[in-house]
Amino acid sequence: MNTDKPEKTAKICVRNLTMTYGKLVVMHDLNFEIDDKDIFCIIGGSGCGKSTLLRHLIGLLEPATGSILYDGNDLTNTPPQDRGPFIRRIGVMYQSGALWSSLSLAENISLPLQQSGKIPAKTVRDLVSYKLALVGLAGYEDYYPAQISGGMKKRAGIARAMALDPDILFLDEPGAGLDPLSSRRLDDLILSLRDSHNSTIVIVTHELASIFNISTKVLFLDTATRTQGALGNPADLRDHSDNPAVRLFLNRGATPAPSS
Amino acid sequence: MISANQSVTTAAGSLPPRAVWNHKGTDTILELSGDWHRDGPAAEESEHAPGQHPDHYEISSLGTYDSTLPAFLLANLRNASTTGDKQQAPVFDGLPDVLQSMLKLALAVPEDGQALITPHASSDVRELGKFTLKVWSGVCSFVEFTGQSVLSIGRLATGHARFRASDFWLTLEECGAKALPIVSLISFLIGSILAFVGNVQLANFGANLFVADLVGIAMVREMGAVMTAIIMCGRTGAAFAANLGSMKANEEIDALRTFGLDPFDFLVLPRLLALVLMMPILTVYANIVGILGGMLVGFMVGIPPILYWTETLNAVDLTNFSLGVFKSVFFGATIAISGCLIGLRAGNSAAAVGQATTSAVVASITIVIVLDSGFAAIFTLLDI
Repeated sequence: MNTDKPEKTAKICVRNLTMTYGKLVVMHDLNFEIDDKDIFCIIGGSGCGKSTLLRHLIGLLEPATGSILYDGNDLTNTPPQDRGPFIRRIGVMYQSGALWSSLSLAENISLPLQQSGKIPAKTVRDLVSYKLALVGLAGYEDYYPAQISGGMKKRAGIARAMALDPDILFLDEPGAGLDPLSSRRLDDLILSLRDSHNSTIVIVTHELASIFNISTKVLFLDTATRTQGALGNPADLRDHSDNPAVRLFLNRGATPAPSS
Repeated sequence: MISANQSVTTAAGSLPPRAVWNHKGTDTILELSGDWHRDGPAAEESEHAPGQHPDHYEISSLGTYDSTLPAFLLANLRNASTTGDKQQAPVFDGLPDVLQSMLKLALAVPEDGQALITPHASSDVRELGKFTLKVWSGVCSFVEFTGQSVLSIGRLATGHARFRASDFWLTLEECGAKALPIVSLISFLIGSILAFVGNVQLANFGANLFVADLVGIAMVREMGAVMTAIIMCGRTGAAFAANLGSMKANEEIDALRTFGLDPFDFLVLPRLLALVLMMPILTVYANIVGILGGMLVGFMVGIPPILYWTETLNAVDLTNFSLGVFKSVFFGATIAISGCLIGLRAGNSAAAVGQATTSAVVASITIVIVLDSGFAAIFTLLDI
């Protein structure tokens, strides 16, 4: 099957988004835009709703109010059965990797490839090896998820998310639990992916080093006010944000006065 | 140089991807052309793959591409590293910057040679051997586990075993009161079926009334205990295996150990005690419900309930009754032990929990039936 993509103008627009769990309002009135080729980080304290926001962005959860637009098309108004073209554009890595435990790593990556259309067997094999090599798991094709460590599962999850060269890649805490070298390689990989595939990358993360290294824009979710605390370039926010909670977060708890 | 924008996927009207090896003087050049897309045709490679890294890439007629191109190049580089005699580092001269950076990333961590699993050639003899060893180790661990249970009960008797009383009461409720509806339904139906089948045969001899004897003795001596045991295998044994298996997968068992709590005393003992206590009670209940089922069928074929009841009391003596209850204690212990044993030995994944549940049900039903045949043989020998 051919992926009829007119042009890569991946741009996500979130308008007045309110997320709830039953009667509990997780976050309200979120407004932000993710531009083409952005590396967009969602940050905030534990349990503030970062992963929930990610699940709203990919359409797994329905917003209480507000809308999420992809290239001007409202995802929230699109019934699930019509979301095929959208789903083919995105790749998602879940927090724990969410690998299919009954399939080997190679099968985990080749399943979406084979489902996407008729692809020659050698191409599938080469693509699987290439994606695994990109995340530093070359040679682990025949391993099952239960046989590898947590960090490796995470990286294999990233390899699977990249299987179809998605326009938009969503990564839920990709750096947590990785050793410093793997973490650095992951940053390089994210930058290279953005440059080679023109991908837009949305990351939920706590890794400050990584945020300052790769992120073009961060969204800070404020637990105290239950809405967005700040939006912008991470280094600018760290030094100049009006919101003390944001400065505190980005300075790892140190409280420097805002420099002007 | 191809700009990054040219890597957009446009398969329509594309040229077939080709990789041609050329030689210019001492240099080897890999010429890449066409459009490389995963849903397009497979790459045509000139026969002349020299088993070495190219010294230069030529991309003047390269069209658009997705990950298929770097995947192809990586496979080629890997191939050259294993077959070629040149141990030189690969050069990416001539490739677009974005491709170079991706390939460098892919090659940054060398292929883990030990990571490659070489599957054993499978044969019937090997499978039979593996199966035999598995069954034997299962028998050994069952015996070991039973021994541990006895020791654990000993610790409980001397006041050294520690578990939460609430766990015990919850399990008691779970495998007692909550099992009543299904036990009632199955026992009632089994009693009725026995009565139906018995009536058809006994009516030939005009001995309908002896349906009460047949149902009474069959329920009390065999069916009550066995059917309750089979229900509990599927219900409680499976639940024990799934529960302990998922605790194992979540490292909860290890967490108990690090706090000095014996997982056996803490988890297995309350379950074992609860099931061993509840099984005889459920069996007595199943016996009564089964006899009532038979009585209903008897009433339908013309045996007055009073008469049926009197006949049942005549037929069922204390020996028959106590044999069934006696067996049920062993069935309860078997189900609890096999459920807990298989749960605690489950692997560390969600799939392993599912497998553990299945094998707990299969193993406990098998053991219950084998045990029942053993009892039947012993009781026949002892003439009871």
